[in-house]
Amino acid sequence: MSAPLTTAVRQKNHAPTEPQVVRWLLIGIALIFLTLFLALPLAAVFSQAFEKGFSVYLAALREPDTMSSIKLTLITAAVCVPLNLFFGVTAAWAIAKFSFPGKNLLITLIDLPFSVSPVISGLIYVLIFGLQGWIGPWLQAHDIRIVFAVPGIILATIFVTFPFVARELIPLMEAQGKEEEEAALVLGATGLQTFFRVTLPNVKWGIIYGVILCNARAMGEFGAVSVVSGHIRGMTNTVPLHVEILYNEYNYTAAFAVASLLAFLALITLMVKSIAEWKVRQQLNNT
Amino acid sequence: MKLFKPQNNVLPGFGPTLGFTLFYLSLIVLIPLSALIFRTAGLTWGEFISTVTAPRVMASYRVTFGSAIIAALINVVFGVLVAWVLVRYRFFGRRIVDALVDLPFALPTAVTGITLATIYSSNGWVGRFLEPLGIKIAFTPLGIILAMTFIGLPFVVRTVQPVIEEIEVELEEAATCLGANRWQTLQLVIFPMLLPSILTGFALSFARGVGEYGSIIFIAGNMPMISEITPLMIITKLEQFDYQGATAIACVMLLSSFLILLVVNLLQRWSRRYAE
Amino acid sequence: MGIEIENISKHFGDFSALGNVSLTVPSGELVALLGPSGCGKTTLLRIIAGLETADSGRILFNGEDTTRSHVRERKVGFVFQHYALFRHMTVFDNVAFGLTVRPKSTRPSREEIRKKVTELLHLVQLENMANRYPSQLSGGQRQRIALARALAVEPQVLLLDEPFGALDAQVRAELRRWLRKLHDEIHVTSVFVTHDQEEALEVADRIVVMNRGKVEQVGTPDQVYEHPASPFVLNFLGNVNLFHGRISQGQAHLGGLQVDSKGYAGADDTPAVGYVRSHDIEIERDRQDDSSIKAVVRTILKLGPFVRISLAIEGNSEFIEAELTRDTYKHLNLQQGEQVYVRPRRVRVFVEDFQI
Repeated sequence: MSAPLTTAVRQKNHAPTEPQVVRWLLIGIALIFLTLFLALPLAAVFSQAFEKGFSVYLAALREPDTMSSIKLTLITAAVCVPLNLFFGVTAAWAIAKFSFPGKNLLITLIDLPFSVSPVISGLIYVLIFGLQGWIGPWLQAHDIRIVFAVPGIILATIFVTFPFVARELIPLMEAQGKEEEEAALVLGATGLQTFFRVTLPNVKWGIIYGVILCNARAMGEFGAVSVVSGHIRGMTNTVPLHVEILYNEYNYTAAFAVASLLAFLALITLMVKSIAEWKVRQQLNNT
Repeated sequence: MKLFKPQNNVLPGFGPTLGFTLFYLSLIVLIPLSALIFRTAGLTWGEFISTVTAPRVMASYRVTFGSAIIAALINVVFGVLVAWVLVRYRFFGRRIVDALVDLPFALPTAVTGITLATIYSSNGWVGRFLEPLGIKIAFTPLGIILAMTFIGLPFVVRTVQPVIEEIEVELEEAATCLGANRWQTLQLVIFPMLLPSILTGFALSFARGVGEYGSIIFIAGNMPMISEITPLMIITKLEQFDYQGATAIACVMLLSSFLILLVVNLLQRWSRRYAE
Repeated sequence: MGIEIENISKHFGDFSALGNVSLTVPSGELVALLGPSGCGKTTLLRIIAGLETADSGRILFNGEDTTRSHVRERKVGFVFQHYALFRHMTVFDNVAFGLTVRPKSTRPSREEIRKKVTELLHLVQLENMANRYPSQLSGGQRQRIALARALAVEPQVLLLDEPFGALDAQVRAELRRWLRKLHDEIHVTSVFVTHDQEEALEVADRIVVMNRGKVEQVGTPDQVYEHPASPFVLNFLGNVNLFHGRISQGQAHLGGLQVDSKGYAGADDTPAVGYVRSHDIEIERDRQDDSSIKAVVRTILKLGPFVRISLAIEGNSEFIEAELTRDTYKHLNLQQGEQVYVRPRRVRVFVEDFQI
């Protein structure tokens, strides 16, 4: 159709813009800033990690405490991401496809964990489950440990990653309207058929986007987890906490070796995120 | 439940999905957060005030909020520049740069912290060039500003970028046809349209800076009264088993985040005032 | 299958979308719901489909009350204004959807589905598009696929919401001729919503003119055009000129016009309005008799096949408009500012309280 043609013509005649020199200058400043500010630290992580050679790097990763921290981080993400995914999809369905009073308040409340300091996110669980907390004494009497143990780490991580999927899906599902779902119902589909065959495929990339960000934060969270973890080596240390311990022990190479895993995760996250963003835009344009 | 009855909608599942949403939200977010409020209520007013206004705590507010404001201002300048360059100009590697902007968002804060501390320390990649100039960043309050700027950047770029994308070229063409020069067009047409998003970006970046913990503690030096941030005060109190003190300070921080959240919401409403 | 709509009312907050609407759609007919936007026509259509619930009243399909039954059970075909095609499915899967979601016991075999879909694609003349995605189709093609998808479940009733609203003028004209032809072939009871009088007049067997949540008139295209029941209907179907005046003893005095109006024989010195369609106004150079009035030519607009002339009449603050064929216009050789006589060929008089 004629759409691409018109954009091509418009860009060619894109009359009002800055003089060439100004453009280059601005691009230059932006690139120098981003290189110094973002690319350099990224390069530094890998450079420090491999400073003493590949074998030292591998040895640092093979260390039992490191392996157990990786295991704990994977377990945490494996619990948090599916829970928050399920919540995100459910909340988006209720909020995007129906109108009811108090909707905006609900959206604000869902976003709340984003505006709370990670330290507070950890603290609130200590206040409830800690020894001096609401149900701490009862838990102790029954020999159940939540804070300074794995359940606390998982709870705090669920809190900080709570909004990711929901806040991505709500606007996307709102933008797509409910006509396709109505069409499916008129054609005789049941509610679940409508959801799985019409709604879900349409928000697929939005879900991937939300999940990848949720996962990145779940694996990388430091502040909140730091408060509820007992910092017990090999027991309640996640990968970011382990990085801290190694760093504070002046074991820089090992710290950066473990950090490079997280940096690698960040790079993959950025890549998947870019692709998902592009796909979501495409899907919306096809409406 | 009658209050939440949706009007004329044939789509199924409203009850269960909203029910689960409210249940999960209460369980994970609302009840734990209210624990904080109730705990604070256990303090007398005098105890509360003396805890949250102790000199060391007051100094931490100054460090935290002051650094966050400076970092957010730096981010507004560079963030708007980066957003403009990314949307309006075509250059080699633009897509990669665009993706890279989210790095502070994706990189775990502990990694950010140790990396910044390393490259800005006196023998680090950047620090060694600054040292002879008499500029010390790592382990000084400047380091706090640096870390806050790093983590806050994507908030400004990602808030302003879509707004620049949506500005119709016709508007600028109209301004040019009416005799405005480029500077006047930017100043009188573009800037007012961007202002709400710039302010929102500022507020988000500021809020992120105030709450940040992980990336800062590695680079700040954490000297009481000088480079100690408020979240660290909470941790310190907790480690001393001073739960009341930690709770009181956390409550002040929580209130300040609510305030920022409110401002952001108002700003967003304001930015839609011309929308049809 | 016939549809009966009994006393349907619907409110949105304080706004009354439908006020006690009753209507019968005879089996096998193609009926147009015609009216301006906000008149409740789409709401009525969605209530028939079961996509909205009425506050009160009943919907009967073939005498059977369906008011309580779910949209899924009503077996209606619904064509949405913006197509609502499933964008992640091919054209084939879109059309097959209604069949593949059936429970196993009533679901046709893969082969039967394939046959049925191919048949339908043939019917809408898009056989070679089966593997395309909706985004690769033009608007007109998408609408035809939406129709094929609706027909796949062999609906008892076909409902179309502004089916051609989002298309450009030429495709629209083509599609509505095609829809009429299609209906003549398959004869499924159909209701479509439109705000375009031309579309309604061309396509429908029967037109329901709606205004402010009420039915103004129901009739064949000829009936509503030739014998409009109210000034609203008259006004909505074509351009009209208004002549204000009074009515007494069966005679209307409208400016310089005298019109017999037996319908209001009882009225005595009542304010009244005469309505004349633009193409019912003749222009003469010389006065033939006293049924014409003096006027001055103000503007002349040539609009393709016809010419629109606006004229100023003494004592009438608004200009009146006449539509002439090009031939008549050439023959008269009218000039701007010229004085002429106008003769309304056909005046319909309504007393004032019928005002729009």
